[in-house]
Amino acid sequence: MSDIPILSLIIFIPLIGVLFLLFIKGDKDFVDKTSGYVAQLTSIVTFLASILILVNFNYKDPNFQFIEQHEWIVNFVNYKVGIDGISLSFILLTTFITPICILATINSVKNRLREFLIALLLMETMMIGVFCSLDLFIFYLFFEAGLIPMFLIIGIWGGERRVYSAFKFFLYTLFGSIFMLISVIYIYFDTGTLDVEKLLNIQINKDYQKYLWLGFFASFAVKTPMWPVHTWLPDAHVEAPTSGSVILAAILLKMAGYGFIRFSLGLFPDASVYFAPLVFVLSIIAIIYTSLVALVQKDMKKLIAYSSVAHMGFVTIGIFVFNKQGIEGSIFQMISHGIISSALFLCVGVIYDRMHTREISKYGGVVNSMPKYATMFMVFTLGSLGLPGTSGFIGEILVLIGAFKFNYWIAFLAAIGVILSACYSLWLYRRVVFGETKNEKIKSLSDLNAREYLILAPLFIMTLVLGFYPALLLDLISLSAEKVSENMLNYINLVSRIK
Amino acid sequence: MAYLIIFSPLLGFLIAGLLGRKIGDIASQVITCFLIFVSTVLSFFYLYLFINGSSVLNFVIFKWIASGDLNLNWSIYIDTLTSVMLVVVTSISFLVHIYSIGYMQHDPDKPRFMGYLSLFTFAMLMLVTSDNFLQLFFGWEGVGLASYLLIGFWFKKPSANAAAIKAFIVNRVGDFGLAIAVFMIFKYTGSLNFSDVFQKMPSLLNEKIYFLGNEGSLITYICVFLFIGAMGKSAQLFLHTWLPDAMEGPTPVSALIHAATMVTAGVFLIVRCSPLFEYSEVAKDLIILIGASTAFFAATVGLVQNDIKKIIAYSTCSQLGYMFFAAGVGAYHIAIFHLFTHAFFKALLFLCAGSVIHSLNEEQDITKMGGIYKKIPFTYIFMIIGTLAITGFPLLSGFYSKDAILEAAYFSNSYFGGYATVIGVLTAILTSIYSWRLIYKTFHGNYRGESDKYKNIHESPLVILIPLFLLTLGAALSGFVFKDLFIGNDHQDFWRTSIFFKDEFILKHPPLWFLMITPIFGLLVIVGAYFLYIKNENILENIKNSNLPFYNFLLNKWYFDEIYDFIFTRPSKAIGSFFWHKGDIKFIDGFGPNGFAKIIKIISERAVLFQSGYLYHYAFVILIGLTILLTYLLI
Repeated sequence: MSDIPILSLIIFIPLIGVLFLLFIKGDKDFVDKTSGYVAQLTSIVTFLASILILVNFNYKDPNFQFIEQHEWIVNFVNYKVGIDGISLSFILLTTFITPICILATINSVKNRLREFLIALLLMETMMIGVFCSLDLFIFYLFFEAGLIPMFLIIGIWGGERRVYSAFKFFLYTLFGSIFMLISVIYIYFDTGTLDVEKLLNIQINKDYQKYLWLGFFASFAVKTPMWPVHTWLPDAHVEAPTSGSVILAAILLKMAGYGFIRFSLGLFPDASVYFAPLVFVLSIIAIIYTSLVALVQKDMKKLIAYSSVAHMGFVTIGIFVFNKQGIEGSIFQMISHGIISSALFLCVGVIYDRMHTREISKYGGVVNSMPKYATMFMVFTLGSLGLPGTSGFIGEILVLIGAFKFNYWIAFLAAIGVILSACYSLWLYRRVVFGETKNEKIKSLSDLNAREYLILAPLFIMTLVLGFYPALLLDLISLSAEKVSENMLNYINLVSRIK
Repeated sequence: MAYLIIFSPLLGFLIAGLLGRKIGDIASQVITCFLIFVSTVLSFFYLYLFINGSSVLNFVIFKWIASGDLNLNWSIYIDTLTSVMLVVVTSISFLVHIYSIGYMQHDPDKPRFMGYLSLFTFAMLMLVTSDNFLQLFFGWEGVGLASYLLIGFWFKKPSANAAAIKAFIVNRVGDFGLAIAVFMIFKYTGSLNFSDVFQKMPSLLNEKIYFLGNEGSLITYICVFLFIGAMGKSAQLFLHTWLPDAMEGPTPVSALIHAATMVTAGVFLIVRCSPLFEYSEVAKDLIILIGASTAFFAATVGLVQNDIKKIIAYSTCSQLGYMFFAAGVGAYHIAIFHLFTHAFFKALLFLCAGSVIHSLNEEQDITKMGGIYKKIPFTYIFMIIGTLAITGFPLLSGFYSKDAILEAAYFSNSYFGGYATVIGVLTAILTSIYSWRLIYKTFHGNYRGESDKYKNIHESPLVILIPLFLLTLGAALSGFVFKDLFIGNDHQDFWRTSIFFKDEFILKHPPLWFLMITPIFGLLVIVGAYFLYIKNENILENIKNSNLPFYNFLLNKWYFDEIYDFIFTRPSKAIGSFFWHKGDIKFIDGFGPNGFAKIIKIISERAVLFQSGYLYHYAFVILIGLTILLTYLLI
C-alpha cells in the first residue's frame, strides 16, 4: 500500500476524467450523455479512492501520513503532499459531495454540459490538492486555481447578473490572494523553506508574524467569508447554478477554515493569539448581523447564503478559542455545514427546476403536492438550525462549549445566533412548504423523482448519522485537532509564564 | 427491557412515518398504539420495582460525543424520579394514542399524526431517562420539535403555522438559557454527567464568577439559567406566550404535550437538579416568585377567555406555576406529586374538551355552547370529575397535591413563601371560578349556537370514551392512592437519591382554618358560579361594562403579545432590513467592490477592458498585478 502514491492518484483522477471528456466527439446528445457518464464514473472512482485512504489511515498517528515529496523547482518549490485527520475529513467531504453535484448537474444544465463537468472535475482536483498540500507554494497554487473554474461556472452558466457576480467574486478574491502571496514569498525569504512540516516547527520572527498573519487572513477572511467581506457570497450563490452553489458552499468556503487551522494557527501562533479578539468580534457581528439580514430575504438562495455566513461565524470562533472542543467543533461544523447547506441548495434546486423562480413569495403549500420533498427539506432545515440529533447540533454545541471556556461573552453572544437561526430557517420553510396552495402551478408539481432521491438521500443519511454518532468524524480528527490545540495552549502557557 | 420502553415509540414513529402510506391508516394506528402499550406496561413494571426498593439502573447505549474532556454517551438512567415520569408519560401517551383514533377519524393524514405522537413520546422518554445534561437537551429540543410539528399539524391554517413557529422560537429562547447553564456547568465541573456534577457541586459553593458584568455565586448563575430553560418549556411568565397559541394543534396534542407531559419537563428539570437548587436560595426565591406570579396571572386571564381550549391552556400555565413554587420552597416531591395528579386531571379536561368540540362539529367558543349536557352525558360526567379534581374537591387527586403545596408554602418561613401562600390560596379560588364557568357555559343554560347544529350533537364513540373513563379513574384516585408513597412521612424511602433535600423535609400540619379555606371556597364557587353564569348573567355583564379597560386587559392576556411584537419582532426585521440595504448594499458594496469597480471602470474605459466580462481579461489583470508586485518584491 505504501508504495502507491495514493494521494497524487486521488488528486489527479479527476484530471484523467477531464482528459477523457476533452476527447468526446459527436452530436450534442451523444456528447452530453457520454460526458455525464464519464464524469459520474470519475467522481465515484475518486470517492472510492478516498475511502481506500480512510481504510488505510492510521487513527492513532497525529502526524502527516501518506507523504509524497518530489522536487519541482530546485531549492524553491517541492511537490509535497500528505494528510492528517483534519485534511482527510475535508478530502472525504470533497469526494462525497462531487458525485452528488455531478448527478445534480446532468439533467439541469442544458447548455455546454461537457464544459461544465470539466469545470467541476477541475475544481475537485484543486480542492483535494488544497487539503493535501504540504508545501505553501503548492497550496497557494491549488487554492487560487480552484477559483478559476468557479468564475467560469458563475460567469458562463449563471443567471441574469452573472457578470456582475463573477466580477465581484473576482475582485474580492484578488484582493485577498495578493496579500497571501506576499506573505508566502516573505516566508520563503525569511526561513528558506516552504515545507509546511518544517515550518510548523520553526518560530517565525515575531515582529513579522503579525503582518504575515494579516496577509493570510485577508485571503481566508474573504473566502470564509467573514463580515464585512461577505457580500460577494449571496450574489455568487444567487447567480450560480445549483451545483455551483453546492460546491461553493460545501467545499470552497471550507478551504479558508482549513487554512486558518493549518496555517494561521500553525505558522503564526503569536499573531493568532494577538488577533483572536479581532476574529471574535468579526465572527459575532457576522453571526448576528447576517442572521438578521437572512430574516428579511426574499430570495431563497440569498437567505441560505446569508445563513452560511452566520454558520461560518461559528467556525471562526471555534478555531480561535484554541481549545479542543472549539477546534473539533469548528471542523465538525464545517463538515456538517458542507452537508446541510449543499442539501438546502439542492432542495432549492429541486423546486427551481420545476417553477423557475427562487422568490419565496411565489411559493406556499408545496407540501400538498410534494410530501416526500417536504420531509427531506424539513430534516435539512432542522439540521441548519442545529437541532440535537442532526450534525448541525454537534458542531455548534462544541464550538459554544469551547468558546464559553475561553470567554463567556463570546459564547453568550454567539448563542443568540442559535435563536435567530431557528427564526429564519423555520420561517423560510413555512413560507415555502406550508400553507394553502395559492399558485395553480404548485398544485401540479410532481414529487421527488428517483434521481433527486439519489441526490438527497446520502446527505439526509449523513446529517442524521453524524448527529447521532458523531464519533464517526470526531475519532478521525481527534488526534490532529488535539495536536493543533495543544500547540496553541502550550504556546499561550509559555508566553504567560515568561510574562 | 429498558431499551424497549424508549425504542418502541421510536419504532412506532418510523413505521408510521415511513411506511404509513403503504400499510394504511388502521395498521399504523394499531401498531403505534401497541408499541406505546408495551412501553406503558414496562414503565409500570419499573415503578413497581422502585416502590419495592430497586437500586438505580444505568445503561449505556453507545458513545455520543467525545471531544477532549467532554465524554458523553447515549444512555438510559432510571431512578425513582424517572420511573414516575415514565409512568406519567407512557400512560397518558397511550391513552392519547387510543383517543386519537377516534378524534382524528375524519383526517386524511392519520399515519403522520400517530407517527408524530410516537416521536414525541420517544423524545420525552429520552429526556427523562438521560444521565447527562446534553442528552436531556436532546430530549428537550426533541419534544420541542414534536410540539412544533403537531401544533402545525394542520399546515394549511396560517394561524397553526404561526403558532408552531412561535412555540419553537419562544422555547429556543428558554433553551438558550439552558444551554448557557450547561456551558457553565461544563466549564466549572468539567463534566456533564448528572452524578459527577452533583458530586462536585458542594466543593464549588463558594465559587464566585463574574458574568455579564455582575459578580455572583456560580451556583446561583447556573440555577438561574437552568430555570430560564425551564420557564420556556413550562410556559412560565414572560415565556408563556406560546402555550395558548399552541392550542391551534389538534386537541389530543394539547392534552398530551401541552398539559400532561412536555410542559412539565421544566419541573422535572428543577427536581432532577435539586442537588444544585438546594444550594441557591436566590434561585429558589426566583422560582417561587415567577411560579406564584404565573399561577396568578394565568388564572386571571383564564377567567375571561371564551375559547374552551384556551381556558384550559391558561389553567395549565397556572397549575405549572404551582408546581414551580412548590419546588421553590424545597418541596420537590410535592411538585412531582402535583405533576403526577395534574397529568391525569388536565389530560382528562383537555380530552373532554376535545370530545365536546368533536360533538359540536369543531366549535370551540363557549359562548356558542350551553345546555348540551343531556346530549353528551358521559363527557359531561367525566368533565365534572376532572373539574372537581382540579379545584381540589376532597378525596379527589388535586385535593391532596394542591393542599400539600399550599402547606409547604405556608411553612417555608420566608417572604417569598408567604407571597406564594397568599397567591396560592387566591389562585385556588380563581381556579374554581374559571373551571366552573367553563362547565356552566358549556353544558348548562340554553344552547346559544346555531339552532340547526343542535340536532346533530352526538356523544363521542367508545374509542374516545374509554380513554376518558380511564383518565377519570386516574384523576379521581391517583391522589388518594399515591399520597403516602409520594409525600407521606416516609417519602425519603421512596425517592431516595433521586431527590436531594439539604435538610430533611417534614410536612407539618397547618392550622385548621388554613386547611379549610380552599375546600370551602371551592364549594361556594360551585353555587356562586351557577348563579352568576347561568341565573343572573346581567350582574357580570354590568361589572364587565363598568370596568371595560380592566376586562380588556385580561382578555388580551395582559398585552404580552403586543409588547413582545413591539420590542422584538418588529425591530429585528427593521434592523435586518437596515443591515441589508444600508450595511451590505450601500456601505460595504458601495465602498468595497462597486466603488472599486467604478474607479477601475473609469480608468480602464479607454482600454476597453472591463466592459467585456470575459475571463481572460480578468486573468490578464491578475497577471499584470502579480507582475508589478513580484517586481516590487524582488527588486
